[in-house]
Amino acid sequence: MSKWNEEFFIEKGLLLTAISSVIIIALIIVFIFREGLPALQSVGFFSFIFGMDWAPSNGQYGIFPMIIGSLGITALSLLMAVPLGVFCAIFLAEIAPNAMRKILNPTIQTLAGIPSVVYGFFGLVLLVPFMRVHFGGTGFSMFTASVILTVMILPIIVSVSEDALRSIPLEYKEASLALGATHWQTIKNVIFPAAIPGIITSVILGMGRAVGETLAIIMVAGNVVQIPGSIMDPVRALTSNIAIEMGYATGVHYNALFATGIVLVFMIIILLVIANYFHYKKKVTIGGGYL
Amino acid sequence: MDLKYGIGLLVILIIIIAVLTFGTGSNYERIEIAGSTSVQPVAEKLAEKYMEEHPNVRVDVMGGGSGLGIRSVSQDIIAIGTSSKNLKTTEKQGLNEYPIGKEGIVVAVNLENPVGNLTKSQLKDIFSGNITNWKEVGGPDAKINLVVREEGSGTRSAFEDLVMNKTKVKSDAIVQTSTESIKVAVKQDPYAIGYISLAHMTPDVKAVTIEGVAPSVETVKDGSYNLQRPFLFLTNGEPEGQLKEFIDWCLGPEGQEIVKDEKIVPVT
Repeated sequence: MSKWNEEFFIEKGLLLTAISSVIIIALIIVFIFREGLPALQSVGFFSFIFGMDWAPSNGQYGIFPMIIGSLGITALSLLMAVPLGVFCAIFLAEIAPNAMRKILNPTIQTLAGIPSVVYGFFGLVLLVPFMRVHFGGTGFSMFTASVILTVMILPIIVSVSEDALRSIPLEYKEASLALGATHWQTIKNVIFPAAIPGIITSVILGMGRAVGETLAIIMVAGNVVQIPGSIMDPVRALTSNIAIEMGYATGVHYNALFATGIVLVFMIIILLVIANYFHYKKKVTIGGGYL
Repeated sequence: MDLKYGIGLLVILIIIIAVLTFGTGSNYERIEIAGSTSVQPVAEKLAEKYMEEHPNVRVDVMGGGSGLGIRSVSQDIIAIGTSSKNLKTTEKQGLNEYPIGKEGIVVAVNLENPVGNLTKSQLKDIFSGNITNWKEVGGPDAKINLVVREEGSGTRSAFEDLVMNKTKVKSDAIVQTSTESIKVAVKQDPYAIGYISLAHMTPDVKAVTIEGVAPSVETVKDGSYNLQRPFLFLTNGEPEGQLKEFIDWCLGPEGQEIVKDEKIVPVT
């Protein structure tokens, strides 16, 4: 077998895998659109997006409360997970001694490997009663769901942020320390700003998981279709809606669930575009390249 | 050299795929069952026992909900659809119904809740939101927390047919997607009320008596406990051959014994 042949096959093989992943995504989107558009046509785009009532048995398909629910849960969990995760990453990358890092890193990564149904059941059995006793209501709430999600997305944010912080060239740190800055000043003014694009990437990944998480949210969020008056009110997320009702849906209801999927796709695209914009803006440019 | 391994791997892969597609199944006769998640456990037990006695038949049981069962059997996707609610006339079209058992629906409250009996109209008022405080039905002065099943669930539609009678369930009731999670929710919240199937009843929640009748296998069987629903096997048209044999076996003494073991009330 000649060298040319081997290289040729490997190159084409890699190209093929790359193309197939693009094709798969395209097929998924085409399929979701094909199944979902009939509902958008029969219900009407605006009354679907901004409708306040979801009662498939009465032919009412409005998903606005669920859009608010999904966004609320995601925002609340990012609000808790980002500071926690970023500080944890700074600690692991800069401050923690090696021995401690060897214990902490695998522990945090284990969190990412636990199946979401386990988190959901944990939430249902321990967190929901805790919330009911200490904050009132039924315990099933947007806040409970966010707390569970926070734990689920923390490992992503910590490990990606830590990698970003560690990939800052040593020269930056040396230069800063040589100029007389303390360790904390170096972290705050040099390492952290230089790592911001990577940290934003970690937030994007965490957000993706938060928007897409279904099972754990179903178990603790209460799944009531309403705009929450406070963070202690039950809500239903878009993903939960699809998972809860798909088994029973027929006709327009079935299409409406796919239309919910279309909205979810667009929501994620919009969030990604916003996040990527900040990622781009914060890029540190040095010489010809950037970090 | 690497290419040789690649080719080897490819050949193995093709063999595996070929075996998976053509190898198995050809010696078996398959019966596929899908539908109500409440019927699923008993159907699985029936299938297991039947396959032991008839090694030439494979019975696969899937869940998905009563709606899915009715839909897929009428589209001929599966041989037997299961339903844990009575069919509407629009759904019946060409389907044969075989009741394999009856089941009670238990209204469950927390063990700490002093309320022991409710009338059907009280139950209706509670779930529609006319009664919102336990005080009104002889309990403590606390808000009633409703826990219901998701729309489309067989248990939910049976409960709505039996109790709600077209009245809508209060819209801010907590929705849980399985009997188990309803039980967990009721077990933890002293002011919660929910409904579960009799077969899943355990001592960690309290069953409310309805009009003075406690839910049990006996009261469901003699009809005095009237929150009850049928477990149905549905076929599209007249069953034949192996399929007919399986259904007959389920309705026969052996099958009904298994049904009874699962805390479902047998039909015979």
